[in-house]
Amino acid sequence: MNWAEFFSMGGYALYVWSSYAAAAVVLLLNIALPLRRRDAVLNALREFYRLKGRSR
Amino acid sequence: MVEIYILIGMHKYASPKTFYPLAGTLIPWLAGATVLLLALGLYLGLFVAPPDYQQGETVRIMFIHVPAAWMSMFVYAVMAAAGAAALVWNVKLMETLASACAPIGASFTLLALITGSLWGKPMWGAWWVWDARLTSELILFFLYIGVMALRASIDDPRRAARAAAILALVGVVNIPVIHFSVEWWNTLHQPASVGRMGKPTIHLSILMPLLTMAVAFTFYFLTAALLRMRNEILEREKHTSWVQELVESRR
Amino acid sequence: MTSPSLLAATANVLRRDLTVAWRRSADVLTPLVFFAIVTSLFPLGVGPEPSLLRTLAPGVLWVAALLSVMLALNRMFANDYADGTLELLALSPHPLSLLVLSKVAAHWVLTGLPLVLISPLLAVQLNLPSEAMGALLLSLLLGTPVLSLIGAVGAALTLGLRGGGVLVSLLVLPLYTPVLIFGAGSVAQAAAGAEIEAYISLLAAFLALTLTFAPWAAAAALRVSLD
Repeated sequence: MNWAEFFSMGGYALYVWSSYAAAAVVLLLNIALPLRRRDAVLNALREFYRLKGRSR
Repeated sequence: MVEIYILIGMHKYASPKTFYPLAGTLIPWLAGATVLLLALGLYLGLFVAPPDYQQGETVRIMFIHVPAAWMSMFVYAVMAAAGAAALVWNVKLMETLASACAPIGASFTLLALITGSLWGKPMWGAWWVWDARLTSELILFFLYIGVMALRASIDDPRRAARAAAILALVGVVNIPVIHFSVEWWNTLHQPASVGRMGKPTIHLSILMPLLTMAVAFTFYFLTAALLRMRNEILEREKHTSWVQELVESRR
Repeated sequence: MTSPSLLAATANVLRRDLTVAWRRSADVLTPLVFFAIVTSLFPLGVGPEPSLLRTLAPGVLWVAALLSVMLALNRMFANDYADGTLELLALSPHPLSLLVLSKVAAHWVLTGLPLVLISPLLAVQLNLPSEAMGALLLSLLLGTPVLSLIGAVGAALTLGLRGGGVLVSLLVLPLYTPVLIFGAGSVAQAAAGAEIEAYISLLAAFLALTLTFAPWAAAAALRVSLD
Protein backbone atom coordinates (compact mmCIF):
# COMPACT_ATOMS: atom_id res chain seq x y z
CA MET A 1 0.00 0.00 0.00
CA ASN A 2 1.01 3.60 -0.55
CA TRP A 3 1.91 5.27 2.76
CA ALA A 4 1.71 8.84 1.50
CA GLU A 5 -1.81 8.15 0.34
CA PHE A 6 -2.62 6.52 3.67
CA PHE A 7 -1.41 9.53 5.64
CA SER A 8 -3.23 12.00 3.42
CA MET A 9 -6.59 10.35 4.27
CA GLY A 10 -8.15 11.47 1.04
CA GLY A 11 -7.38 15.11 1.85
CA TYR A 12 -8.91 14.91 5.32
CA ALA A 13 -5.57 14.25 7.08
CA LEU A 14 -5.91 17.22 9.43
CA TYR A 15 -9.32 16.13 10.75
CA VAL A 16 -8.68 12.38 10.94
CA TRP A 17 -5.23 12.55 12.49
CA SER A 18 -6.20 15.32 14.91
CA SER A 19 -8.98 13.05 16.16
CA TYR A 20 -6.61 10.15 16.72
CA ALA A 21 -4.08 12.48 18.33
CA ALA A 22 -6.73 13.86 20.68
CA ALA A 23 -7.68 10.30 21.61
CA ALA A 24 -4.02 9.43 22.27
CA VAL A 25 -3.55 12.50 24.48
CA VAL A 26 -6.71 11.81 26.50
CA LEU A 27 -5.93 8.10 26.94
CA LEU A 28 -2.30 8.72 27.94
CA LEU A 29 -3.11 11.54 30.35
CA ASN A 30 -5.67 9.44 32.20
CA ILE A 31 -2.97 6.87 32.88
CA ALA A 32 -0.04 9.23 33.42
CA LEU A 33 -1.79 11.52 35.90
CA PRO A 34 -2.85 8.75 38.34
CA LEU A 35 0.64 7.22 38.12
CA ARG A 36 2.25 10.55 38.96
CA ARG A 37 -0.28 11.07 41.71
CA ARG A 38 0.60 7.65 43.09
CA ASP A 39 4.23 8.72 43.56
CA ALA A 40 3.09 11.93 45.22
CA VAL A 41 0.75 10.04 47.57
CA LEU A 42 3.43 7.51 48.51
CA ASN A 43 5.93 10.27 49.24
CA ALA A 44 3.42 12.22 51.29
CA LEU A 45 2.46 9.13 53.28
CA ARG A 46 6.11 8.22 53.91
CA GLU A 47 6.64 11.70 55.32
CA PHE A 48 3.42 11.39 57.32
CA TYR A 49 4.52 8.13 58.98
CA ARG A 50 8.02 9.48 59.62
CA LEU A 51 6.62 12.49 61.49
CA LYS A 52 4.11 10.32 63.30
CA GLY A 53 6.88 7.91 64.38
CA ARG A 54 9.01 10.76 65.65
CA SER A 55 6.25 12.35 67.72
CA ARG A 56 5.70 9.12 69.60
CA MET B 1 -27.51 -19.83 52.56
CA VAL B 2 -25.72 -19.30 49.27
CA GLU B 3 -26.67 -15.63 49.37
CA ILE B 4 -24.96 -15.27 52.71
CA TYR B 5 -21.75 -16.75 51.34
CA ILE B 6 -21.91 -14.44 48.35
CA LEU B 7 -22.47 -11.49 50.65
CA ILE B 8 -19.55 -12.48 52.85
CA GLY B 9 -17.42 -13.00 49.76
CA MET B 10 -18.38 -9.62 48.38
CA HIS B 11 -17.67 -8.00 51.67
CA LYS B 12 -14.22 -9.49 51.71
CA TYR B 13 -13.41 -8.03 48.29
CA ALA B 14 -15.20 -4.82 49.14
CA SER B 15 -12.80 -4.19 52.00
CA PRO B 16 -10.06 -1.78 50.87
CA LYS B 17 -7.38 -4.00 52.40
CA THR B 18 -8.25 -6.96 50.15
CA PHE B 19 -9.18 -4.86 47.16
CA TYR B 20 -5.93 -2.92 47.01
CA PRO B 21 -3.63 -5.88 46.16
CA LEU B 22 -6.34 -7.49 44.01
CA ALA B 23 -6.51 -4.32 41.92
CA GLY B 24 -2.72 -4.33 41.79
CA THR B 25 -2.64 -7.78 40.20
CA LEU B 26 -5.53 -6.98 37.84
CA ILE B 27 -4.10 -3.73 36.46
CA PRO B 28 -1.30 -5.25 34.28
CA TRP B 29 -3.72 -7.77 32.75
CA LEU B 30 -6.35 -5.12 32.02
CA ALA B 31 -3.71 -2.79 30.62
CA GLY B 32 -2.39 -5.59 28.38
CA ALA B 33 -5.89 -6.38 27.11
CA THR B 34 -6.45 -2.66 26.45
CA VAL B 35 -3.28 -2.37 24.38
CA LEU B 36 -4.08 -5.50 22.33
CA LEU B 37 -7.66 -4.44 21.67
CA LEU B 38 -6.62 -0.90 20.78
CA ALA B 39 -4.08 -2.26 18.32
CA LEU B 40 -6.69 -4.52 16.75
CA GLY B 41 -9.26 -1.70 16.66
CA LEU B 42 -6.79 0.70 15.03
CA TYR B 43 -5.83 -1.92 12.46
CA LEU B 44 -9.47 -2.65 11.61
CA GLY B 45 -10.40 1.02 11.60
CA LEU B 46 -7.47 2.46 9.68
CA PHE B 47 -6.55 -0.35 7.29
CA VAL B 48 -9.46 -2.75 6.87
CA ALA B 49 -12.54 -0.49 6.90
CA PRO B 50 -13.15 1.06 3.47
CA PRO B 51 -13.78 4.80 3.10
CA ASP B 52 -17.47 5.66 3.26
CA TYR B 53 -19.10 6.50 -0.07
CA GLN B 54 -20.52 9.75 1.36
CA GLN B 55 -18.18 10.73 4.19
CA GLY B 56 -14.97 9.48 2.57
CA GLU B 57 -12.04 8.92 4.91
CA THR B 58 -13.62 11.06 7.66
CA VAL B 59 -15.67 8.03 8.58
CA ARG B 60 -12.56 6.89 10.47
CA ILE B 61 -13.18 9.66 13.01
CA MET B 62 -16.28 7.67 13.99
CA PHE B 63 -14.10 4.87 15.35
CA ILE B 64 -12.98 7.27 18.07
CA HIS B 65 -16.06 9.47 18.32
CA VAL B 66 -18.81 6.85 18.68
CA PRO B 67 -17.06 4.63 21.27
CA ALA B 68 -16.05 7.75 23.23
CA ALA B 69 -19.67 8.91 23.23
CA TRP B 70 -20.86 5.46 24.34
CA MET B 71 -18.28 5.42 27.11
CA SER B 72 -19.26 8.90 28.28
CA MET B 73 -22.75 7.61 29.00
CA PHE B 74 -21.68 4.19 30.28
CA VAL B 75 -19.22 5.71 32.76
CA TYR B 76 -21.87 8.11 34.02
CA ALA B 77 -24.20 5.16 34.61
CA VAL B 78 -21.42 3.29 36.47
CA MET B 79 -20.75 6.40 38.54
CA ALA B 80 -24.41 6.76 39.47
CA ALA B 81 -24.78 3.04 40.26
CA ALA B 82 -21.63 3.06 42.41
CA GLY B 83 -22.89 6.20 44.12
CA ALA B 84 -26.25 4.55 44.83
CA ALA B 85 -24.52 1.46 46.23
CA ALA B 86 -22.35 3.69 48.41
CA LEU B 87 -25.41 5.58 49.72
CA VAL B 88 -27.56 2.51 50.37
CA TRP B 89 -25.06 -0.03 51.68
CA ASN B 90 -22.43 2.40 52.88
CA VAL B 91 -19.62 0.67 50.99
CA LYS B 92 -16.44 2.75 51.01
CA LEU B 93 -15.08 0.97 47.96
CA MET B 94 -18.06 2.12 45.91
CA GLU B 95 -17.35 5.70 46.98
CA THR B 96 -13.86 5.44 45.58
CA LEU B 97 -15.19 3.86 42.38
CA ALA B 98 -17.67 6.69 41.88
CA SER B 99 -14.99 9.26 42.49
CA ALA B 100 -12.64 7.56 39.99
CA CYS B 101 -15.38 7.55 37.33
CA ALA B 102 -15.93 11.32 37.19
CA PRO B 103 -12.64 12.48 35.62
CA ILE B 104 -12.43 9.49 33.27
CA GLY B 105 -16.00 9.93 32.08
CA ALA B 106 -15.50 13.66 31.66
CA SER B 107 -12.45 13.06 29.49
CA PHE B 108 -14.35 10.58 27.29
CA THR B 109 -17.08 13.22 26.92
CA LEU B 110 -14.50 15.83 26.01
CA LEU B 111 -12.99 13.43 23.46
CA ALA B 112 -16.43 12.84 21.93
CA LEU B 113 -16.91 16.61 21.67
CA ILE B 114 -13.49 17.26 20.12
CA THR B 115 -13.83 14.45 17.57
CA GLY B 116 -17.42 15.46 16.82
CA SER B 117 -16.22 18.94 16.04
CA LEU B 118 -13.33 17.59 13.92
CA TRP B 119 -15.81 15.47 11.97
CA GLY B 120 -18.23 18.37 11.66
CA LYS B 121 -15.82 20.80 10.02
CA PRO B 122 -15.36 18.85 6.76
CA MET B 123 -18.92 17.44 6.78
CA TRP B 124 -20.96 20.47 7.84
CA GLY B 125 -18.43 23.17 7.05
CA ALA B 126 -18.47 24.41 10.65
CA TRP B 127 -16.56 23.47 13.80
CA TRP B 128 -19.72 23.42 15.81
CA VAL B 129 -23.26 22.68 14.73
CA TRP B 130 -26.09 22.30 17.23
CA ASP B 131 -26.57 18.69 16.32
CA ALA B 132 -28.74 16.74 18.75
CA ARG B 133 -26.02 14.29 19.77
CA LEU B 134 -23.31 16.91 20.13
CA THR B 135 -25.63 19.09 22.20
CA SER B 136 -26.58 16.20 24.50
CA GLU B 137 -22.90 15.37 24.83
CA LEU B 138 -22.13 18.99 25.75
CA ILE B 139 -24.76 18.96 28.49
CA LEU B 140 -23.41 15.64 29.73
CA PHE B 141 -19.99 17.27 29.92
CA PHE B 142 -21.49 20.06 32.07
CA LEU B 143 -23.07 17.41 34.32
CA TYR B 144 -19.68 15.76 34.82
CA ILE B 145 -18.09 19.13 35.57
CA GLY B 146 -20.80 19.75 38.17
CA VAL B 147 -20.10 16.45 39.93
CA MET B 148 -16.37 17.11 39.93
CA ALA B 149 -16.77 20.70 41.14
CA LEU B 150 -19.08 19.62 43.96
CA ARG B 151 -16.66 16.92 45.04
CA ALA B 152 -13.71 19.33 44.90
CA SER B 153 -15.41 21.91 47.11
CA ILE B 154 -16.10 19.50 49.98
CA ASP B 155 -13.11 18.59 52.14
CA ASP B 156 -14.53 15.65 54.07
CA PRO B 157 -14.25 12.61 51.74
CA ARG B 158 -17.38 10.93 53.14
CA ARG B 159 -19.58 13.97 52.69
CA ALA B 160 -18.06 14.67 49.27
CA ALA B 161 -18.79 11.13 48.12
CA ARG B 162 -22.38 11.17 49.34
CA ALA B 163 -23.16 14.60 47.92
CA ALA B 164 -21.63 13.64 44.56
CA ALA B 165 -23.62 10.39 44.58
CA ILE B 166 -26.92 12.27 45.05
CA LEU B 167 -26.02 14.67 42.25
CA ALA B 168 -25.03 11.81 39.94
CA LEU B 169 -28.33 10.05 40.64
CA VAL B 170 -30.30 13.22 39.92
CA GLY B 171 -28.28 13.51 36.72
CA VAL B 172 -28.92 9.93 35.66
CA VAL B 173 -32.66 10.42 36.02
CA ASN B 174 -32.40 13.58 33.97
CA ILE B 175 -30.18 12.34 31.15
CA PRO B 176 -32.98 10.56 29.23
CA VAL B 177 -35.22 13.62 29.65
CA ILE B 178 -32.44 15.94 28.47
CA HIS B 179 -31.71 13.66 25.54
CA PHE B 180 -35.36 13.54 24.52
CA SER B 181 -35.74 17.32 24.86
CA VAL B 182 -32.67 18.02 22.78
CA GLU B 183 -33.84 15.60 20.08
CA TRP B 184 -37.21 17.35 19.96
CA TRP B 185 -35.63 20.80 19.89
CA ASN B 186 -33.26 19.66 17.17
CA THR B 187 -35.85 18.24 14.81
CA LEU B 188 -37.77 21.47 15.20
CA HIS B 189 -34.91 23.82 14.42
CA GLN B 190 -32.68 21.76 12.18
CA PRO B 191 -32.67 22.94 8.59
CA ALA B 192 -33.18 19.90 6.37
CA SER B 193 -29.93 20.42 4.45
CA VAL B 194 -27.76 19.63 7.46
CA GLY B 195 -27.13 15.91 7.61
CA ARG B 196 -27.46 14.09 10.88
CA MET B 197 -24.32 12.98 12.57
CA GLY B 198 -23.18 9.38 12.66
CA LYS B 199 -25.67 6.73 11.60
CA PRO B 200 -23.58 5.46 8.71
CA THR B 201 -25.14 2.42 7.09
CA ILE B 202 -23.77 -0.08 9.55
CA HIS B 203 -21.71 -2.40 7.46
CA LEU B 204 -19.74 -5.19 9.10
CA SER B 205 -16.42 -3.56 8.14
CA ILE B 206 -17.57 -0.45 10.03
CA LEU B 207 -19.23 -2.27 12.90
CA MET B 208 -16.22 -4.43 13.77
CA PRO B 209 -13.76 -1.57 14.44
CA LEU B 210 -16.52 0.33 16.30
CA LEU B 211 -17.19 -2.59 18.63
CA THR B 212 -13.51 -3.42 19.05
CA MET B 213 -12.71 0.15 20.02
CA ALA B 214 -15.69 0.21 22.38
CA VAL B 215 -14.44 -2.93 24.16
CA ALA B 216 -10.89 -1.51 24.20
CA PHE B 217 -12.19 1.71 25.78
CA THR B 218 -14.07 -0.34 28.38
CA PHE B 219 -10.91 -2.19 29.39
CA TYR B 220 -9.07 1.11 29.37
CA PHE B 221 -11.71 2.59 31.68
CA LEU B 222 -11.31 -0.33 34.10
CA THR B 223 -7.53 0.10 34.12
CA ALA B 224 -7.66 3.84 34.68
CA ALA B 225 -10.38 3.51 37.32
CA LEU B 226 -8.42 0.93 39.31
CA LEU B 227 -5.32 3.15 39.21
CA ARG B 228 -7.30 6.07 40.61
CA MET B 229 -9.10 3.90 43.17
CA ARG B 230 -5.80 2.59 44.52
CA ASN B 231 -4.52 6.13 45.05
CA GLU B 232 -7.65 7.16 46.85
CA ILE B 233 -7.63 4.04 49.03
CA LEU B 234 -4.06 4.78 50.15
CA GLU B 235 -4.99 8.32 51.10
CA ARG B 236 -8.22 7.47 52.85
CA GLU B 237 -6.83 4.48 54.74
CA LYS B 238 -3.61 6.12 55.85
CA HIS B 239 -4.48 5.63 59.51
CA THR B 240 -4.60 1.84 59.15
CA SER B 241 -1.60 -0.31 59.88
CA TRP B 242 -1.71 -2.15 56.54
CA VAL B 243 -1.20 1.03 54.56
CA GLN B 244 1.63 2.06 56.86
CA GLU B 245 3.32 -1.32 56.43
CA LEU B 246 2.81 -1.18 52.69
CA VAL B 247 4.26 2.32 52.37
CA GLU B 248 7.21 1.60 54.63
CA SER B 249 8.05 -1.67 52.86
CA ARG B 250 8.41 0.20 49.57
CA ARG B 251 11.60 2.15 50.10
CA MET C 1 -44.69 19.32 74.13
CA THR C 2 -46.72 17.63 71.47
CA SER C 3 -45.48 18.00 67.93
CA PRO C 4 -47.87 19.64 65.46
CA SER C 5 -49.59 17.54 62.82
CA LEU C 6 -47.95 17.13 59.44
CA LEU C 7 -50.26 19.64 57.82
CA ALA C 8 -49.68 22.19 60.56
CA ALA C 9 -45.93 21.65 60.37
CA THR C 10 -45.73 22.22 56.63
CA ALA C 11 -48.02 25.24 56.92
CA ASN C 12 -45.82 26.62 59.69
CA VAL C 13 -42.69 26.29 57.56
CA LEU C 14 -44.40 27.99 54.66
CA ARG C 15 -45.80 30.81 56.79
CA ARG C 16 -42.48 31.37 58.53
CA ASP C 17 -40.54 31.61 55.26
CA LEU C 18 -43.07 34.04 53.82
CA THR C 19 -43.04 36.22 56.95
CA VAL C 20 -39.26 36.37 57.06
CA ALA C 21 -39.17 37.31 53.38
CA TRP C 22 -41.85 39.95 53.90
CA ARG C 23 -39.65 41.64 56.49
CA ARG C 24 -36.72 41.58 54.09
CA SER C 25 -38.55 42.63 50.97
CA ALA C 26 -35.29 43.58 49.23
CA ASP C 27 -34.60 39.86 48.92
CA VAL C 28 -37.79 39.40 46.93
CA LEU C 29 -37.17 42.39 44.70
CA THR C 30 -33.58 41.57 43.72
CA PRO C 31 -34.34 38.62 41.37
CA LEU C 32 -37.22 40.55 39.85
CA VAL C 33 -35.07 43.58 39.11
CA PHE C 34 -32.42 41.23 37.78
CA PHE C 35 -35.00 39.69 35.45
CA ALA C 36 -36.01 43.14 34.19
CA ILE C 37 -32.41 44.32 33.71
CA VAL C 38 -31.25 41.21 31.87
CA THR C 39 -34.14 41.32 29.40
CA SER C 40 -33.61 45.05 28.88
CA LEU C 41 -29.94 44.49 28.12
CA PHE C 42 -30.67 42.31 25.10
CA PRO C 43 -32.06 45.06 22.86
CA LEU C 44 -29.00 47.11 23.80
CA GLY C 45 -26.78 44.20 22.80
CA VAL C 46 -28.44 43.05 19.58
CA GLY C 47 -30.07 46.26 18.41
CA PRO C 48 -33.66 47.53 18.55
CA GLU C 49 -34.84 45.86 15.31
CA PRO C 50 -38.44 44.79 16.23
CA SER C 51 -38.54 41.62 14.12
CA LEU C 52 -35.21 40.42 15.55
CA LEU C 53 -36.40 41.09 19.09
CA ARG C 54 -39.62 39.23 18.35
CA THR C 55 -37.72 36.08 17.36
CA LEU C 56 -35.39 36.36 20.33
CA ALA C 57 -38.08 37.19 22.89
CA PRO C 58 -39.15 33.65 23.95
CA GLY C 59 -35.57 32.52 24.49
CA VAL C 60 -34.47 35.72 26.18
CA LEU C 61 -37.41 35.78 28.58
CA TRP C 62 -36.97 32.13 29.48
CA VAL C 63 -33.20 32.28 29.94
CA ALA C 64 -33.57 35.42 32.06
CA ALA C 65 -36.25 33.72 34.17
CA LEU C 66 -33.98 30.72 34.63
CA LEU C 67 -31.08 32.88 35.79
CA SER C 68 -33.27 34.92 38.14
CA VAL C 69 -34.62 31.82 39.85
CA MET C 70 -31.09 30.48 40.15
CA LEU C 71 -29.90 33.75 41.66
CA ALA C 72 -32.35 33.32 44.53
CA LEU C 73 -31.58 29.64 45.21
CA ASN C 74 -28.96 30.22 47.87
CA ARG C 75 -31.55 31.92 50.01
CA MET C 76 -33.72 28.82 50.16
CA PHE C 77 -31.85 27.14 53.00
CA ALA C 78 -28.94 29.45 53.88
CA ASN C 79 -30.59 31.45 56.70
CA ASP C 80 -32.15 28.40 58.30
CA TYR C 81 -28.81 26.64 58.08
CA ALA C 82 -27.00 29.54 59.71
CA ASP C 83 -29.35 29.86 62.68
CA GLY C 84 -29.82 26.12 63.26
CA THR C 85 -33.51 25.98 62.28
CA LEU C 86 -32.67 23.47 59.59
CA GLU C 87 -31.27 20.98 62.09
CA LEU C 88 -34.45 21.26 64.13
CA LEU C 89 -36.50 20.58 61.01
CA ALA C 90 -34.35 17.53 60.27
CA LEU C 91 -35.05 16.26 63.79
CA SER C 92 -38.80 16.68 63.48
CA PRO C 93 -40.91 13.52 63.34
CA HIS C 94 -42.36 14.55 59.97
CA PRO C 95 -40.76 13.53 56.71
CA LEU C 96 -38.10 16.07 55.84
CA SER C 97 -39.05 15.87 52.17
CA LEU C 98 -42.47 17.37 52.86
CA LEU C 99 -41.00 20.16 54.96
CA VAL C 100 -38.57 20.80 52.09
CA LEU C 101 -41.54 20.90 49.76
CA SER C 102 -43.11 23.72 51.73
CA LYS C 103 -39.82 25.62 51.70
CA VAL C 104 -39.74 25.18 47.92
CA ALA C 105 -43.32 26.42 47.75
CA ALA C 106 -42.33 29.51 49.70
CA HIS C 107 -39.37 30.05 47.41
CA TRP C 108 -41.60 29.80 44.36
CA VAL C 109 -44.18 32.23 45.76
CA LEU C 110 -41.36 34.70 46.43
CA THR C 111 -39.44 34.37 43.15
CA GLY C 112 -41.23 32.29 40.49
CA LEU C 113 -44.68 33.79 40.87
CA PRO C 114 -43.54 37.45 40.73
CA LEU C 115 -41.54 36.60 37.61
CA VAL C 116 -44.63 35.16 35.98
CA LEU C 117 -46.59 38.27 36.88
CA ILE C 118 -44.17 40.82 35.44
CA SER C 119 -43.21 38.74 32.38
CA PRO C 120 -45.96 40.20 30.09
CA LEU C 121 -44.56 43.66 30.72
CA LEU C 122 -41.09 42.63 29.60
CA ALA C 123 -42.55 40.62 26.73
CA VAL C 124 -44.20 43.79 25.38
CA GLN C 125 -40.82 45.50 25.59
CA LEU C 126 -39.40 42.74 23.39
CA ASN C 127 -42.22 42.93 20.86
CA LEU C 128 -43.62 39.50 21.60
CA PRO C 129 -46.94 39.22 19.72
CA SER C 130 -49.98 39.25 21.98
CA GLU C 131 -51.06 35.76 20.80
CA ALA C 132 -48.01 34.39 22.63
CA MET C 133 -48.78 36.07 25.99
CA GLY C 134 -50.99 33.23 27.13
CA ALA C 135 -48.31 30.67 26.30
CA LEU C 136 -45.69 32.76 28.10
CA LEU C 137 -47.77 32.99 31.27
CA LEU C 138 -48.81 29.36 31.20
CA SER C 139 -45.35 27.98 30.42
CA LEU C 140 -43.73 30.10 33.14
CA LEU C 141 -46.46 29.13 35.59
CA LEU C 142 -45.73 25.45 34.99
CA GLY C 143 -41.98 25.79 34.46
CA THR C 144 -40.81 28.03 37.30
CA PRO C 145 -41.93 25.56 40.02
CA VAL C 146 -39.78 22.94 38.28
CA LEU C 147 -36.85 25.35 38.43
CA SER C 148 -37.41 25.90 42.16
CA LEU C 149 -37.72 22.16 42.80
CA ILE C 150 -34.56 21.17 40.93
CA GLY C 151 -32.84 24.19 42.41
CA ALA C 152 -33.69 22.96 45.91
CA VAL C 153 -31.51 19.88 45.32
CA GLY C 154 -28.63 22.08 44.18
CA ALA C 155 -29.08 24.49 47.09
CA ALA C 156 -29.18 21.60 49.57
CA LEU C 157 -26.03 20.01 48.14
CA THR C 158 -24.02 23.23 48.26
CA LEU C 159 -25.17 24.30 51.71
CA GLY C 160 -22.35 25.98 53.62
CA LEU C 161 -19.73 25.32 50.93
CA ARG C 162 -17.19 27.89 49.84
CA GLY C 163 -18.18 29.44 46.52
CA GLY C 164 -21.68 28.04 46.95
CA GLY C 165 -23.28 30.63 44.70
CA VAL C 166 -21.29 29.86 41.58
CA LEU C 167 -21.22 26.16 42.35
CA VAL C 168 -25.01 25.90 42.53
CA SER C 169 -25.27 27.34 39.02
CA LEU C 170 -22.86 24.68 37.71
CA LEU C 171 -24.94 21.92 39.25
CA VAL C 172 -28.37 23.21 38.38
CA LEU C 173 -28.18 24.91 34.99
CA PRO C 174 -27.50 21.77 32.91
CA LEU C 175 -30.53 20.16 34.58
CA TYR C 176 -32.67 23.13 33.56
CA THR C 177 -32.27 22.49 29.82
CA PRO C 178 -35.47 20.46 29.25
CA VAL C 179 -37.60 23.13 30.93
CA LEU C 180 -35.88 25.82 28.89
CA ILE C 181 -36.40 23.93 25.63
CA PHE C 182 -40.10 23.32 26.16
CA GLY C 183 -40.80 26.61 27.93
CA ALA C 184 -39.23 28.81 25.28
CA GLY C 185 -40.42 26.39 22.59
CA SER C 186 -44.06 26.79 23.59
CA VAL C 187 -43.83 30.58 23.46
CA ALA C 188 -42.12 30.52 20.06
CA GLN C 189 -44.77 28.12 18.74
CA ALA C 190 -47.57 30.31 20.01
CA ALA C 191 -45.94 33.36 18.45
CA ALA C 192 -45.87 31.48 15.14
CA GLY C 193 -49.55 30.66 15.56
CA ALA C 194 -48.97 26.94 16.09
CA GLU C 195 -50.54 24.51 18.55
CA ILE C 196 -48.77 24.38 21.94
CA GLU C 197 -50.68 21.61 23.68
CA ALA C 198 -47.80 19.11 23.41
CA TYR C 199 -45.39 21.59 24.99
CA ILE C 200 -47.69 22.44 27.84
CA SER C 201 -48.42 18.78 28.59
CA LEU C 202 -44.72 18.01 28.64
CA LEU C 203 -44.06 20.91 31.01
CA ALA C 204 -46.86 19.63 33.22
CA ALA C 205 -45.29 16.16 33.10
CA PHE C 206 -41.92 17.61 34.16
CA LEU C 207 -43.66 19.36 37.03
CA ALA C 208 -45.32 16.12 38.16
CA LEU C 209 -42.03 14.24 37.86
CA THR C 210 -39.97 16.78 39.80
CA LEU C 211 -42.74 17.15 42.42
CA THR C 212 -42.37 13.45 43.21
CA PHE C 213 -38.58 13.14 43.10
CA ALA C 214 -36.97 16.50 43.87
CA PRO C 215 -38.19 17.00 47.48
CA TRP C 216 -36.95 13.57 48.32
CA ALA C 217 -33.53 14.13 46.71
CA ALA C 218 -33.27 17.55 48.34
CA ALA C 219 -34.07 16.06 51.76
CA ALA C 220 -31.36 13.41 51.26
CA ALA C 221 -28.93 16.14 50.21
CA LEU C 222 -29.82 18.21 53.29
CA ARG C 223 -29.11 15.23 55.55
CA VAL C 224 -25.70 14.83 53.91
CA SER C 225 -24.96 18.54 54.34
CA LEU C 226 -26.11 18.58 57.97
CA ASP C 227 -24.10 15.51 58.97
